[in-house]
Amino acid sequence: MDGYYAFMLIATAFVLMMTVPALALFYGGMSRSKSVLNMIMMSFIAAAIVGILYVAVGWSMGFGGEGTFFANPFELFWLDGVTTDNYIYVMFQMTFAIITAALISGAVADRLKFSAWVVFLPLWAVIVYFPMAHMVFSCTDDSLICGRIGAQDYAGGTAVHINAGVAALVLVLLLGKRIGWPKEQMRPHNLTLTMLGAGMLWLGWYGFNVGSIVFGTTFDEDPTAFLAQFYSETGRTFANTTLATFAAILGWLLIERLLHGKATSLGAASGIVAGLVAITPAAGAVDIEGAVAIGFIAGGLCAWAVSLKYRLGYDDSLDVVGVHLVGGIVGTVLIGLFSTSEGAGGIDGLLYGGGFGSLGDQSLGVLVAVVYSGVLTTIIGLAIKYTIGLRLDEEDEVNGIDLAEHGESAYDLHSGSSGGGKSVLAASTSSTSSTEGANA
Amino acid sequence: MKLVTAVIKPHKWEDVREALETFGVTGMTVSEVSGYGRQKGHTEVYRGAEYDIALVPKIRLEIVVDDADAEDVVGIVVKTAQTGRIGDGKVWVSPVETVVRVRTGDKDEAAI
Repeated sequence: MDGYYAFMLIATAFVLMMTVPALALFYGGMSRSKSVLNMIMMSFIAAAIVGILYVAVGWSMGFGGEGTFFANPFELFWLDGVTTDNYIYVMFQMTFAIITAALISGAVADRLKFSAWVVFLPLWAVIVYFPMAHMVFSCTDDSLICGRIGAQDYAGGTAVHINAGVAALVLVLLLGKRIGWPKEQMRPHNLTLTMLGAGMLWLGWYGFNVGSIVFGTTFDEDPTAFLAQFYSETGRTFANTTLATFAAILGWLLIERLLHGKATSLGAASGIVAGLVAITPAAGAVDIEGAVAIGFIAGGLCAWAVSLKYRLGYDDSLDVVGVHLVGGIVGTVLIGLFSTSEGAGGIDGLLYGGGFGSLGDQSLGVLVAVVYSGVLTTIIGLAIKYTIGLRLDEEDEVNGIDLAEHGESAYDLHSGSSGGGKSVLAASTSSTSSTEGANA
Repeated sequence: MKLVTAVIKPHKWEDVREALETFGVTGMTVSEVSGYGRQKGHTEVYRGAEYDIALVPKIRLEIVVDDADAEDVVGIVVKTAQTGRIGDGKVWVSPVETVVRVRTGDKDEAAI
């Protein structure tokens, strides 16, 4: 029990690190140099706003009691009645709420007003995420996705990834394309940041998946059973998380090589995230063969799915839909094929002799998550669009959202960049030094 | 007087500078520029999106010289900057009407 508690302290800090700074760097590197600070700020502000709100009503709505969609927000308002020895479980769940909201930001790069994001975050957390967390994670008998439908979701394929992916798609459709997309060049400005962010996300994901263990008994009631579950289940989820990610890197690079001729570093970083997304719901349900299969399929399918936006014409800037929605659906649905009764849910999937039952439950779970997030995010998005507005001014967008919304620019390297190098002296100095650097 | 302008590959710039200094050129203006000629750019792919990177980074030298030296200077730049592969750059010479040294007010040949 001491070990479990210590582990939860670490796991919680790890999951917070996934947003600040891992996701911020992952997205920041992929954005343009004139938008990188805003991209990073969207994650940081999500942590601050959603985090406090989670303590206020989030925990209560999620874990304060019964309810199909959510529990009473005021039952445990501001953690009233929650003893401090339970705070770490509140904090752990809080970090999930934070990263789910922050995930959405990748889709709206360069053009969403910061004020609109600040208004969107609390509304979306209370109306969409907190209820979804109840439906999936609280698993009360009447909770919709876990209790009533009985879909397996170990760490948030539905509540986190499908939820964020659908919300991202809705916002992108309401917001419109960036000026110049897809004709203008919008390549990632710093892939080293993105690789670093992907690696840190991977590390944090061990807290995310392995920390999501739910015990069948308490330590005091049955220490032997408690420890047996702790040892075997954390080993399973750790191994599955690792192997699925390896397989997804290979899956992504293979499809990329076949479709576009080169295996890229951005492809490897994206494969990492796609694999982690897909194994999130399945981490406890499958064996290591299942994990490799799910990772490989998710990596390959997401590598193909990120090009859909060009064909369908929606500017999902950093592929939140292509990676999180598609990866989340793949992982959640494939549980229906690869689930084993030896796993955490005790259910056999189609390929393990369990028939179509699990596949049906998983698909229904996905459908509920898509519809719930889609409908309510649309209402929130429309409400903001027709009150304070979603979209940055055209001129500000062209000059760069960092300058327009935060009054800063990330880099002062080139005399030609907006923001930096306005003075003739600064321009000549940086030009001279970089000329020498290039030839050293 | 002539203005010799050369656009060359960045990794050749140090060789060119040394050769010109040995010849006796005392000063020049250098800038980092980008552009393209017959070399064109290249293609990069990010998550399946292809980008044509049209502009290639180059170094531009500007040197004002006596009429008599122009041909030699051009020769030195061409000889040192040449790799024989596409994208080596260009050198051109244009007439200069007048030159003034800001510090002293010296004019033309005396200012070079």
